[in-house]
Amino acid sequence: MKKELRLMKGNEAVGEAAIRVGADGYFGYPITTQSEVLEYLMSEKPHERTGMVVLQAESEVAAINMVYGAAGAGKMAITSSSSPGISLKQEGISYMAGAELPCVILNVVRGGPGLGTIQPGQADYFQAVKGGGHGDYKLITLAPSSVQEMYDFTILGFELAFKYRNPVMLLSDGAIGQMMEKVELTEQKERRTTEEIVKQCPWATTGKPKSRDHNIITSLELQSDKQEELNHKLQRKYKQVEEDEVRYETIQCEDAEYLIIAFGTSARIAQKAVKEAREQGIKMGLLRPITLFPFPKKKIMEMTQQVKGMLSVEMNAGQMVEDIRLAVNGKVPVEHFGRLGGNMPSSEEIIEQVRKHF
Amino acid sequence: MAKIKGDIVIDIERCKGCQVCVPVCPNDTIAMSDKVNAKGFKYAFKAQDNCIGCANCAIVCPDGVITVYKKKMK
Amino acid sequence: MEDIKKAEYLAYKKTEVLTDKVLHYCPGCGHGTIHRLVAEVIEELDLQHKTIGIAPVGCSVLAYEYFNVDFQEAAHGRAPALATAISRLYPDHAVFTYQGDGDLAAIGTAETIHACNRGENIVIVFVNNGIYGMTGGQMAPTTLENMKSSTSPYGRDVKMMGSPMKMSELVANLPGTHYVTRQAVHKPGHVRKTKRALKKAFQYQQEKKGTQLVEIVSNCNSGWKMTPNKSNQWMEENMFPFFPLGDIKTPDDK
Repeated sequence: MKKELRLMKGNEAVGEAAIRVGADGYFGYPITTQSEVLEYLMSEKPHERTGMVVLQAESEVAAINMVYGAAGAGKMAITSSSSPGISLKQEGISYMAGAELPCVILNVVRGGPGLGTIQPGQADYFQAVKGGGHGDYKLITLAPSSVQEMYDFTILGFELAFKYRNPVMLLSDGAIGQMMEKVELTEQKERRTTEEIVKQCPWATTGKPKSRDHNIITSLELQSDKQEELNHKLQRKYKQVEEDEVRYETIQCEDAEYLIIAFGTSARIAQKAVKEAREQGIKMGLLRPITLFPFPKKKIMEMTQQVKGMLSVEMNAGQMVEDIRLAVNGKVPVEHFGRLGGNMPSSEEIIEQVRKHF
Repeated sequence: MAKIKGDIVIDIERCKGCQVCVPVCPNDTIAMSDKVNAKGFKYAFKAQDNCIGCANCAIVCPDGVITVYKKKMK
Repeated sequence: MEDIKKAEYLAYKKTEVLTDKVLHYCPGCGHGTIHRLVAEVIEELDLQHKTIGIAPVGCSVLAYEYFNVDFQEAAHGRAPALATAISRLYPDHAVFTYQGDGDLAAIGTAETIHACNRGENIVIVFVNNGIYGMTGGQMAPTTLENMKSSTSPYGRDVKMMGSPMKMSELVANLPGTHYVTRQAVHKPGHVRKTKRALKKAFQYQQEKKGTQLVEIVSNCNSGWKMTPNKSNQWMEENMFPFFPLGDIKTPDDK
């Protein structure tokens, strides 16, 4: 089959991937650095291509709750927004985690806090991986660092969401959302029929036939013992995810003496820093977490036997660095370097930081 | 006109003693008992045998505890 | 005298579309009656196998325990958003939300108005009892002027909190709404009218005519601190004048 290649923006790639993976519904709302997802989907008229529903909601709050309704009925639903909009969705996300509903949520992160800036940022890390809403829950969080990964992780996101009946977040940023790169597209997957949905999601509210009791989608459980058991069930799920779904990429780590850990746009820049550092005789390597939850703790622990120090490069005031320190547990020094306000670090600055700290 | 005979069955254990059914009965068939059910509510009961099966009581009962029977007598 | 309590003489019994779970509602609360009417309509229109209901947060938060149909629990105020997605993704299903005044007219105002404005093909069952019941009787958007509540202990001060909202009249102005009516369920005559209204609403929904809103002015004995019959009488004397019953928008007056 001839490869289908197309030059696309990151945000558009997510839209195309949603259509091609056979998603049933996208519910969005305009906010800068990601409005192209909704614009692209509207222009593609997926309703005619696959019957997919695309709707602009009255707010991000309404949009995430439309996703909730769709997911509760077994449908493949996706939404996207950017930092302030994602904050508005947190209650809905917590409800979906509690009701164990699958969906994909794209956050094209911008500088914050508050209205912040529309330049890229990575300060929503904690919100994504530590649970931005109320209660003990986790979002499987994927961090694309290319337009191809924006496309691929939309598809992977749905796969993981339905495998674990859990929301999946794509933590991207303004740079990756807006940049254009070549994308290899996949074949159009048929949207599932109602029969297939009923088979795949027997828990969904597809309409109660005589043959079964009514299905209820809720995160409400007033009796503490039952609610505790529900929580234990979620925690067992997250343990399973941590064991089976860790993904990361290593670049020139085999002989690295210093390790950069970075995701998304920061990882792209760090890759250049590794190359330049080696030209200056510094043996640097890059570990790029692809899943921020589940975090690649084992790999980081392993690297403590080999490297003299680790630098977390992230466009925020130091968030992932905490998870790295937890994994390293004091064995080697772990430092952080992060430009803020939407500024991006340069490879020179990264090398300078490594020299300074180690 | 053929005489209509009605009858009601009240699930007294599910009655919450709200008394909403009492004023709507055209024949004052239904009244509140002095006895209480397991939950401690004074329940409604058929106090007289002049029910005409109009179901007024049943359709205003918030807990739907009244079943109604109706027969046209020859 | 012949015992006529036999199947052949059955005149009225509980519908199959209600589960046999005992309702948690306070004695005499209109919610139970409204649940029963919605369930009876679903049964009579033979929609049980394709009905999806959405419960709010409020006294009827546990509605899904009582309806023997597939149900989803929405976050406070968001039921119309869930219903929007479900109805668009299952266009032939009977999708309805069941909401109180706090859920629909306070936190969920945007979702209500925009679902109605888009003409989503859903039925909204809007129970207006002028108070937040579940949380203990606080003032709601439909609390009447000078009406006492736990957060308007000296009566609603319109200068401070604005006047009560007439959501049905508000959404009736949106082209997306097809049938908007306000009913009550405290007396047999009203119950029969409400059931007819609900039946029409679900029929219009099945004919994909857009958004149907059935507001039911109901009592809240605990919140209003009255006996059930007293609260129904108070409702007639105080709620009905401000929230007049009857059809507000019918299909022929576009």
